Amino acid sequence: MSAMTYDKAMEQFDPVFGIEVHIELNTKTKMFCGCANEFGAEPNTQVCPVCLGLPGSMPVTNEKAVESAIRLGLALGCSIRESSRFARKNYFYPDLAKDYQISQYDEPTCYDGSIDVVLDDGEVFTIGIERAHMEEDAGKNTHVGGTGGIQGASHSLVDYNRGGVPLVEIVTRPITGAGARTAEVARAYVATIRDFVKALDISDGRMEQGSVRADVNLSLRPKAAPGEDQNAVPFGKRSETKNVNSLRAIERAIHHEAARQAELLLAGEPVVQETRHWHEDTGSTTPGRSKEEAEDYRYFPEPDLLPVEPSREWVEELRSTIPEHPAKMRARLMEEWGFSDLDMRDAVNADALDLIAATVAAGAKAQAARKWWMGELARTANDRDVTLQELPVTPAHVAELQGLIDDGKINDKLARQALEGVLAGEGSPTEVVASRGLEVVSDDSALEAAVDEALAAQPDVLAKIQDGKVQAAGAIVGAVMKATRGQADAGRVREIILQRAGVEG
Amino acid sequence: MSSLERSDVARLAALARIDMTDEDLDRLSGQLAAIVDSVAKVAEVAGQDVPATSHPIPMSNVHRADEVRPSLSQEAALSSAPQAEDGRFRVPQILGEEA
Repeated sequence: MSAMTYDKAMEQFDPVFGIEVHIELNTKTKMFCGCANEFGAEPNTQVCPVCLGLPGSMPVTNEKAVESAIRLGLALGCSIRESSRFARKNYFYPDLAKDYQISQYDEPTCYDGSIDVVLDDGEVFTIGIERAHMEEDAGKNTHVGGTGGIQGASHSLVDYNRGGVPLVEIVTRPITGAGARTAEVARAYVATIRDFVKALDISDGRMEQGSVRADVNLSLRPKAAPGEDQNAVPFGKRSETKNVNSLRAIERAIHHEAARQAELLLAGEPVVQETRHWHEDTGSTTPGRSKEEAEDYRYFPEPDLLPVEPSREWVEELRSTIPEHPAKMRARLMEEWGFSDLDMRDAVNADALDLIAATVAAGAKAQAARKWWMGELARTANDRDVTLQELPVTPAHVAELQGLIDDGKINDKLARQALEGVLAGEGSPTEVVASRGLEVVSDDSALEAAVDEALAAQPDVLAKIQDGKVQAAGAIVGAVMKATRGQADAGRVREIILQRAGVEG
Repeated sequence: MSSLERSDVARLAALARIDMTDEDLDRLSGQLAAIVDSVAKVAEVAGQDVPATSHPIPMSNVHRADEVRPSLSQEAALSSAPQAEDGRFRVPQILGEEA
């Protein structure tokens, strides 16, 4: 085992990194044909002559995908090229039906942008964006025989359902100046992209399904001597770690690569400029195909597709649809709602922010909205193994339910029963309260009768209360709640008991 | 314009995963060089005033609405595959690379 660590590497070297993120768009159809773009179908059932690359077939661009790419570019602060074109990237691999991938090369649609990422402690780091371009995804290989990996496989099987699915690839500029926070910045950058594509509603942003995939470039250079400019020190040789597909893996891959490269450099050995593969199980990388061979893609303009020339009016129209930066929106909402860091993190992790916001917009207080979505409803969603969004309850329902509590019509216990009814499809909270007869018994004479009955059944309680053991009233409150099937206002019941005992509440 | 070298053809063959004998390389480097040299004559004719042209027809923004169209059946999709297995195209062992 190597004694080199990320922290030690950062003490001795200055890291430079870059990230390529591939976003799978959530269009209904593929980039260049009308086949459905949907995850999980039977193999080779979402394919046609275009995405199988059969002779004579012709691609046509999906307008929605172009729109999504431009909106993403605008969210990343990019300029939108007045005329951009597609290019063929030639390479031979079984998951690529045509033996070339339609991509963009010298004229990407979006270029020259930047985006702020917010680290956990609130520090803001600006990432330069070189380009964001459109391309198509490849099919999926399954290796048969051996251990399931490519090594030792006897043959491979290819499913082209994913072939031709629209992607946007976002390429950063080389990122310098992050120092020891490099791994954190890289993670926060990919998280920001993921959050933004979800907010833009152009991708489901699900990293575990491959909707957001990252390749991480990293190099180390010597630290500048005191008084010298770090930016005058030339970059070192970089490695490119492919398919790092979770936020945690981004951090781990950078930790691993920094330590690996530092160890080589300190031993006087060269870092090879190469593609490397990430191994989630061991948290390490191994070399892939050699760069010289892999990089010869012989790009040329795609003759079967016409240039994309978005009008300036359209671009401005799309610009007006760009949502607020997700991290900045979170900071704003956290303050407006009075949430703690933990409240906010939990709500984000549960993907409940939009629901809470909609509930607040429907009239509920933020803390009440949070309590419902993160409590009862989160439990129900978990039990049913669905997302909060998939529950048959709307933010308006939740706001209405809370309104009934605030008006004293129902108590918390009855509210949970009303919610059960809503979840069972019995209607709105008000309708369920009416149909199930859940209203709090607010008629004092009915409550007084119930209290008297309970006191008669437990004759020693009154004496105890009068003796100063006020907590003895709890037994009577419980009995009354039971007798009224939970529909009594416990506070009012307690008051009546104390009145009966002749003591002040 | 220099013509295509034999080593260029060998490299292209390797990239395209095509096995070629020495005789193939000799023959094709001659033939391909003739094609490349002929096409290169265009560069001699086109002056500074002629921009590089990828799309000679002045059209742009030909898009399609994002509407699902019928796909092929799995059976039809696999019908011309040399080999199929489990509803997928079966391809020979992939050597020297990792997916």
